[in-house]
Amino acid sequence: MTNKFGIESVLSILDLSVEEVDELVATAEDIIANPQKYAHRCEGKKLATLFFEPSTRTRLSFEAAMYELGGNVIGFSSADSSSASKGESVADTSKVISCYADIIAMRHPKEGAPMVAALNATIPVINAGDGGHNHPTQTLADLLTIKLEKGRFDHLNIGVCGDLKFGRTVHSLIDAMSRYEGVSFTLISPEELKVPDYVRNAMINKGIPFVETTDLEGSMPSLDILYMTRVQKERFFNEEDYLRLKDSYILTAEKLDNAKQNMSILHPLPRVNEISVAVDDDPRACYFKQVRNGKYMRMALILKLLGV
Amino acid sequence: MNIDSIQNGFVIDHITAGKGMEIYRLLELSKLNCMVALINNAHSVKMGRKDIIKIGSNIELDTDILGYVDPNITVTIIRDGKVCEKKNLTLPEELEGVLRCRNPRCICSTEQELPQIFRLTDRENRVYRCIYCDSTF
Repeated sequence: MTNKFGIESVLSILDLSVEEVDELVATAEDIIANPQKYAHRCEGKKLATLFFEPSTRTRLSFEAAMYELGGNVIGFSSADSSSASKGESVADTSKVISCYADIIAMRHPKEGAPMVAALNATIPVINAGDGGHNHPTQTLADLLTIKLEKGRFDHLNIGVCGDLKFGRTVHSLIDAMSRYEGVSFTLISPEELKVPDYVRNAMINKGIPFVETTDLEGSMPSLDILYMTRVQKERFFNEEDYLRLKDSYILTAEKLDNAKQNMSILHPLPRVNEISVAVDDDPRACYFKQVRNGKYMRMALILKLLGV
Repeated sequence: MNIDSIQNGFVIDHITAGKGMEIYRLLELSKLNCMVALINNAHSVKMGRKDIIKIGSNIELDTDILGYVDPNITVTIIRDGKVCEKKNLTLPEELEGVLRCRNPRCICSTEQELPQIFRLTDRENRVYRCIYCDSTF
């Protein structure tokens, strides 16, 4: 989205056109091939990481991305260590940080908080995750992984398994991949954690083929990609529901017997126990590559939004 | 029933019967000092029954609210006792300050001074979404 100051921010994967995603993927591939070419691109620039909710992985990925571009990082890693604990609004925080930094990466437990920041900031804002809503840079990591592993985005059957109700990475992935020809989805979850209506309706309206099932093993042979997710404790209001559902799906080496030899297993991490450690040695496991790819895509996005 | 004709103001006509009071409340017409008439269940050849509101002043009329509550409404603007303009309404693309987001996870649940803005995402099914969290209304 572009705000009243003409500043472009990325809050949802749909803020990026298919062409822009292609451009970011191409930049990321070039960064992988020629890291030195980008090592000083952001010299003199500062990234502010405003993390109102703990997230070691995403925050460190943004920080590593900025450092590898030659830039600097300021910020905080929990709401307790920010002015939010004194009652400052997100709008005011973003106006203040605009005076110190060149770009913001924001994570916030409340849905839409990065939108409020983007409307008020005079520098670009990247949504680094807002509650169960959007997480576009995770999707960019997913997309680069799919491109590097499969060589294409079109004509893939993507299995998504676990918490499809609160899993923001799932919603963003479906949004992003729905734009490519021949893509279909197999949505594997317990009844209580099925995709929300608006996600399902969007697929129906776009004519995207999908099936909803509770059967992981039965779905396995048809999948080109299996995207596993964690049942996230922090998204539940009720502990009992969490305990009942948390171990719904556990991917083991045995369950992969029926899978295609070239299926790719993705996971946004952190995992708890939904993928057995034994699967890590399987050549189809891509989730640690996905972490590295996330850093490259964040580098590409920072470059794009800073226009450097 | 006789109601004085208006010299300057508005006639909000063809309101679906029963929605007149909702519009009266949303437009905060009780706060006006001018003549305001709310007629419920007026006879209508086209609709059977309808509500009508007459406002005897040139107030800033929020047609977005009217269009949201009942897009079939017509608004007639009266100037110097004569019909100046007739407006047919449609569902507005954006609503500000009319709906409240009910998602407890939305940023506007904690930052209550934020403007409550909803955008029309599905005209056919009258679906509005909160601009912050995408929740539907």
